[in-house]
Amino acid sequence: MTAESLAPVAPSRVFLAILRRDLTVARRELPYFLVRTALQPILFVVVFGFLLPKMGMIPRGYSTTMLPGVVALSLTLSAIQSVALPMMQDFGFTKEIEDRLLSPVPIQLVAVEKVFAGVLQGIVAALFVLPVARLIMGPIPGLSFANAPLLLAVTILGGAAFSAMGLYLGTGIAPQQIGLMFSVIVAPMIMFGCTYYPWAGLAHVPVMKWLVLINPLVYVSEGMRAALTPGVPHMPIAAILAALVVLTVLFMWMGLKAFDKRAMS
Amino acid sequence: MNAIETRSLRKVYPAPAVKKKRGVPAPPAPPSGGIVAIDALDLAVAEGEFFGVLGPNGAGKTTLIGILTTRVRITAGEAVVAGANVTTQPADVRRRIGVVPQRPNPDRSLSVIENLVFHATYFGISRADAHRRGQELLERLGIADKMNAKVDQLSGGQQQRLMIARALSHDPRVVFLDEPTVGLDPQARLSLWEILRELHAQGRTIVMSTHYMEEADQLCGRLAIIDQGKLLALDTPAALKLKAPGDTLVEVTFDGDATVVADAVRAMEGVSNAEARGPLLRVFSKRGGALIPALIDAGEAHGRIVRDIHLSRPSLETLFISLTGRKLT
Ligand SMILES: Nc1ncnc2c1ncn2[C@@H]1O[C@H](COP(=O)(O)OP(=O)(O)OP(=O)(O)O)[C@@H](O)[C@H]1O
Ligand SMILES: [Mg+2]
Repeated sequence: MTAESLAPVAPSRVFLAILRRDLTVARRELPYFLVRTALQPILFVVVFGFLLPKMGMIPRGYSTTMLPGVVALSLTLSAIQSVALPMMQDFGFTKEIEDRLLSPVPIQLVAVEKVFAGVLQGIVAALFVLPVARLIMGPIPGLSFANAPLLLAVTILGGAAFSAMGLYLGTGIAPQQIGLMFSVIVAPMIMFGCTYYPWAGLAHVPVMKWLVLINPLVYVSEGMRAALTPGVPHMPIAAILAALVVLTVLFMWMGLKAFDKRAMS
Repeated sequence: MNAIETRSLRKVYPAPAVKKKRGVPAPPAPPSGGIVAIDALDLAVAEGEFFGVLGPNGAGKTTLIGILTTRVRITAGEAVVAGANVTTQPADVRRRIGVVPQRPNPDRSLSVIENLVFHATYFGISRADAHRRGQELLERLGIADKMNAKVDQLSGGQQQRLMIARALSHDPRVVFLDEPTVGLDPQARLSLWEILRELHAQGRTIVMSTHYMEEADQLCGRLAIIDQGKLLALDTPAALKLKAPGDTLVEVTFDGDATVVADAVRAMEGVSNAEARGPLLRVFSKRGGALIPALIDAGEAHGRIVRDIHLSRPSLETLFISLTGRKLT
């Protein structure tokens, strides 16, 4: 009857409109977002990258080991939270996401858009933490941005894997269990994610060296290490990238399945 | 052409998981292993119709609208809306429909006008057009002064109006409204009726579920009465009223349980049926209100005092009660 309702709409256009909505909301919440996702890595930098080295309890070179891990941590933490938390709200009592689920595209695209927005927010957090960490710790020996393609690949794949994980956690877990989720899944993941020590260092504890391989964060930390501080020993680059691709596909599959179940009754 | 067609539509929700308690025998499972919300439903709504769905709580109205708006999975059968199949072409259906949910679900992270502008852009409408249209709609629905307010600052009725504006923001061909006037004050209800009539006059198909007989009677060209997922009656309001039992419904409220009175009254001359629901006595009278003195006497004979008396002529309401044994509201 009317021109608009008869003309098909390009899915890319709908995708961009929904992305614009998410970025508008994210921009308004930027200060809270940065506090929520960057505070923990920064506090860690203050203690282990500034205070303890000053007291002489940690060798100065430690900042080189730690910096990539801290960047990886802020990227992944914010990617998870940027998807999981809004999903919980959107699928809450009033089902606010309904107006997007009624848009003229396959509903999976709504989930994919959320993951995409999560990657962008992860990058923002990482870009914020990196200079702040450098400022607090002083010059970092061995830091290099020469391998930009690898840095970009690790950032995008790492962000995607963890955003997709956020999609799964945000749609597959009951809202009452969100606190549990962070203490049981996220906290151990951080401690055993090779963020604060290189994976090669675990050679002293062989069991751990193999056990931590189930931890997705390990590949992002090692990837950042390979990209930002190539002088520090790290996992083979091919293994890192392969693992990140597999994790992204796996979490995306799990996430979309859980999303579908929540979105349609 | 039909705007909506369903064939042998069926929806069964999975039975809620029952936790077994030690020592407590498991409650009997529902016979079908699930909750049948829609059962063997065949409907055809012509383009440009104003179609009403009437039914008591739990009848399956929201489920039916959920299926037609691609938000609820079909168990069996099929449904075609605005020329597209809801299961195989859901995006095409969504492009052509507007939906007002039973419970307002605005995007709480956005302001009132942003709710409309963003929603329209999800349908490929430019921001400038969306903004202009959004302002018009807010004005039309009488909440233009709340344009830049946060959604949380709106009252329930104002949120409901925002939902209606949102459903219209992309100029849909078919509009679904799930009990849109619940929670509106009488004036707002009348103004919404006005808006719905206008939308209908513009050639849109409108499907509305409601609890209110008067509303259904006033607005709808045809009415489907459903209960427990089944279609009980389908016709114009006028034709349905003719089908209503010819008896007048007399409802007498006593100061105590009316069961004994019902038993006594059933044998009375001119009574075609009588039943008690707590203190409420429902009598279908062949002699209209002439029966009332006898009913009062029958109550007094059993020590019951009359608190309230209500008479209903044959109407959609009495038809509904005779079909479902239940009142609408
Ligand atoms: N998501 C769900 N899961 C399981 N059962 C459901 C679900 N939604 C509805 N039901 C059941 O399906 C039946 C029909 O519900 P529906 O919401 O369609 O009724 P309704 O006519 O809209 O009622 P109301 O007037 O109260 O809004 C009810 O028995 C209800 O308990
Ligand atoms: Mg309902």
